[in-house]
Amino acid sequence: MAVITDALCPFCGCVCDDLTIVTENNKITEVKHACKLGAAKIMGHHRIKAPMMRKDKHSEFKEVSYEEAINEAARILSNSKRPLLYGWASAVCEVHKKGILLAEELGAIIDNTATVCHAPSTLAVHEKGLPSATLGQIKNRADVIVFWGSNPVHAHPRHMGRYSVFAKGLFSEKGRKGRKVIVLDVRKTETANMADEFVQLEQGSDYLVVSALRAILSGHADVVPESVGGVSKDALLKLVDTLKTGKFVGIFFGMGLTQSKSRYKNIDNAISLVTELNAFTKCVITPMRGHYNVTGFGNVCAWETGFATAVDFSRGAPYYNPGETAANDVLIRKETDAAMIIAGDAGAHFPADSVRHLARIPIIQIDPYWNATTEVANVVIPVAICGVEVEGTAYRMDGVSLRMRKMIEPTHPPDTEILEKITERVKVLRGE
Amino acid sequence: MELLIKNGSVYDPSNGIKGDKTDISIKDGKIVEKVSSNASVIDAGGRLVMPGGVDAHSHIAGAKVNMGRIMRPEDTRAGIKPRTKITRPCTGYTVPNVYAMGYRYAQMGYTTVFEAAQAIMKARHTHEELEEIPIIDKGALTLFGSNWPTMDFVREKNMDKLAAYVAWGLLASRGFGIKCVNPGGGEMWGFGKNVTGLDDVVPNFDVTPKDIIVSLMKVNEMLGLPHSVHLHCNNLGKPGNYKTTLASMELAKQVKPSKDRQVLHVTHVTFNCWGGTNWGDFESKADEIANYLNNSENITTDMGQLIFGSATTMTADGPVQYANAKLLHAKWANGDVELEDASGVVPIFYAKQVSIHAIMWAMGLELALLTKDPYKVLLTTDHPNGGPFVNYPEVIALLMSNKKRQEEIKTLHEAVHKRTKIPGIERELDFNDIAIMTRAGHAKVLGLLDTKGHLGVGADADIAIYDIKPDQIDPSVEHAKIKSAFQSAAYTIKGGEVVVKDGQITATPMGRTYWVDASVPDEHTEIMMKDIRMKFKNYYSINLANYMVQDEYLTHPKVVRAGVIPAEVS
Repeated sequence: MAVITDALCPFCGCVCDDLTIVTENNKITEVKHACKLGAAKIMGHHRIKAPMMRKDKHSEFKEVSYEEAINEAARILSNSKRPLLYGWASAVCEVHKKGILLAEELGAIIDNTATVCHAPSTLAVHEKGLPSATLGQIKNRADVIVFWGSNPVHAHPRHMGRYSVFAKGLFSEKGRKGRKVIVLDVRKTETANMADEFVQLEQGSDYLVVSALRAILSGHADVVPESVGGVSKDALLKLVDTLKTGKFVGIFFGMGLTQSKSRYKNIDNAISLVTELNAFTKCVITPMRGHYNVTGFGNVCAWETGFATAVDFSRGAPYYNPGETAANDVLIRKETDAAMIIAGDAGAHFPADSVRHLARIPIIQIDPYWNATTEVANVVIPVAICGVEVEGTAYRMDGVSLRMRKMIEPTHPPDTEILEKITERVKVLRGE
Repeated sequence: MELLIKNGSVYDPSNGIKGDKTDISIKDGKIVEKVSSNASVIDAGGRLVMPGGVDAHSHIAGAKVNMGRIMRPEDTRAGIKPRTKITRPCTGYTVPNVYAMGYRYAQMGYTTVFEAAQAIMKARHTHEELEEIPIIDKGALTLFGSNWPTMDFVREKNMDKLAAYVAWGLLASRGFGIKCVNPGGGEMWGFGKNVTGLDDVVPNFDVTPKDIIVSLMKVNEMLGLPHSVHLHCNNLGKPGNYKTTLASMELAKQVKPSKDRQVLHVTHVTFNCWGGTNWGDFESKADEIANYLNNSENITTDMGQLIFGSATTMTADGPVQYANAKLLHAKWANGDVELEDASGVVPIFYAKQVSIHAIMWAMGLELALLTKDPYKVLLTTDHPNGGPFVNYPEVIALLMSNKKRQEEIKTLHEAVHKRTKIPGIERELDFNDIAIMTRAGHAKVLGLLDTKGHLGVGADADIAIYDIKPDQIDPSVEHAKIKSAFQSAAYTIKGGEVVVKDGQITATPMGRTYWVDASVPDEHTEIMMKDIRMKFKNYYSINLANYMVQDEYLTHPKVVRAGVIPAEVS
């Protein structure tokens, strides 16, 4: 029996680093301190045993060797005129680096799961920046916490305990009792049930509500109507007062804001609100990132290519124009003629039109697990699980870089090795 | 592998060589007495040869830099170059990608660059980027000026604990030296406030910026670190701040250097030599700073020269960045790091017809030209705060040619005449001065003069050859030639390998990352760690076991030993 302490959780953007893992005979027998979601991922479930290929998408998979699968993957990619390399969020940064190199080699588009999650936040950051802070800053200082369009009780279960609502720190020794918690959402979530204030908005009216808050904050309450987005003016006035009089306000936002009507404009407006609040008090805003290392992909991609995501290498140099170069843009336009899906599940999370196109083109999947993408894949290459069987770097939702630990020996090769071999093979096929 | 550089017109200030025709012998990456007849030969043909450029203050890697890239796709687009057989794609102007950082420095003949600020908690990120910057040697200074343990130990007046913390923090961050940014202000920005001077008391910690600066200088010398305390003064970005800068410099008198170097490096003076009381009566007081430098022995500075055009300001000085964003109506990134420091990123465009910018342009030049000893003013642009490092050749040309300065002044806002001294300064620097301000001085200030910034036997074979014949050029008149030669080295040799020829990258070896391993008595570390463990238990949002940068992030480390207990040279 071996016990690993201070282990990191490879599930959500909280990247909790206080887990204790018990292993026996290279199997994980117990996960302590993790939430249910994290523990389930670490304990593992049905794995893809061996590489698989099939002639067409209607036939059954046949197990093949890694060499065969890698050769076929390289053949598909090097024959492609408009390849897409998508996913990455459930892999460590070391994998991202290999992926970007392969994208350069192929002249491919590389994009990550943020495209259906927080990529609109990145667009807003282009417009307005990002006044943020590490989570410990919120833990130690925040007396007002806002969750807007996010539901940590379900999506980030330990966030409130470790970093925000209940966390105690130097200037927040009372924890929950010393904090005002506000939830803005279209429905009364379980997070809303725990809040001091729940502000229920009409679906798609976030932009309006942020605008009303900004108007009140800048002394123009007179132009705000009696009700905005289903929220009474009184409630809005009260909310502004709470925000202004807090000593440190931490705002967290989720996909309720990024993927609803007005998308990136919601975030753009919210960031402006945060900037303006800093004239009165300290206020920071942080996206509630989903996958544990989706933030890491954005970082690696930014320092290697200059752009955080949706990078098109077809010109030999990085080109970025979301709306044109994001994964769903090229899928819906039916431009992509082959795709590699790695450490992300496009099959489950992409819009129907995109998935329909994925079902028509050759797909290579690199993943430890069978998922919806497997159903449209031609070549499936199982790999070791990053953060459980492979160590490496991940970036928490607040951009803090952490080193994921290896808990057990892998039964499959790591993503990095597969990507290296595909890249080498692509070079051979292209006569380089 | 052996290499011989013949017929160079060599400028090697720390060995007293000023334009002599000297041959340089290279073996196994080092400069040696002589090489065998099998050595490959580069005939410099009378051209200018200098040690590889060294940059002691530039923002090249880490959380701030990457936030600059993420928030500025417009900047990334400003410098795009496709990959070649040997180079990765390049992007960006003020915030280049990691590859462009290495290539562009090497193309200018630079071979060693130090990132000027990393928070310990975000150091892993810094090193992830540093390890991907090709060619150049590098390192990073670690922020200590607003860290809770620093302030606690300063308040306790326990220099043993503070020294132990600094040594441990350098290990945790694999840092090279002590950076101190707006001391105390980083903590106060946690609640949206700032300190306003050296004597303000930081709430809850009961220390002043003055206490922090002096204590850090003391432990820096106790530890015998290669570099001195590297200070970004309080009140940066506020008119009238030259008084704070002078008062900060005055503090250096309280501490004796442990080595042949300064005890305090005051950085990017362009941003801290401001006179006046508001934007209306804003004026340069660079002359006052230069005057102070001319009458003191233990302080060095760097210019932080302003370059007209696009820049990205990035600093651990969180409050100044909020002020900038408000003033400029610009996008604003803020990056507080729990228990350690603040930070911010704000784009800016420096315009010739904006009086403030024209005056700031003059400040860096005034400082460099009015300070007699070039070892006291390093050439920097505080990349990318004053402007991107690719503009160093522009700054060199300005320093070498009064004619160029006068031509430039004609294009600037008239305030440059009334509120700066630059129009009347006729001094023109020579190649020896430039070699000091871009190489020897930086190496000396960093404490790396044994192997960097010179061409004597035993130095690293980091060498630049420029397409200028010093005896056949008048830099005062032919300033355009000076600029273009320094933009594009004829040869850059890094560790004995030709990495640039005729301005083009020819090889991309990986450089090393310098960090300082400073030893302190175990009992000091033990007492200090009791406090640190308590801080992790109660305050940090990560565990101590996951805090320190692991060996995996330094694939090419270069350890420099220091410490309270004199360590054996290894």
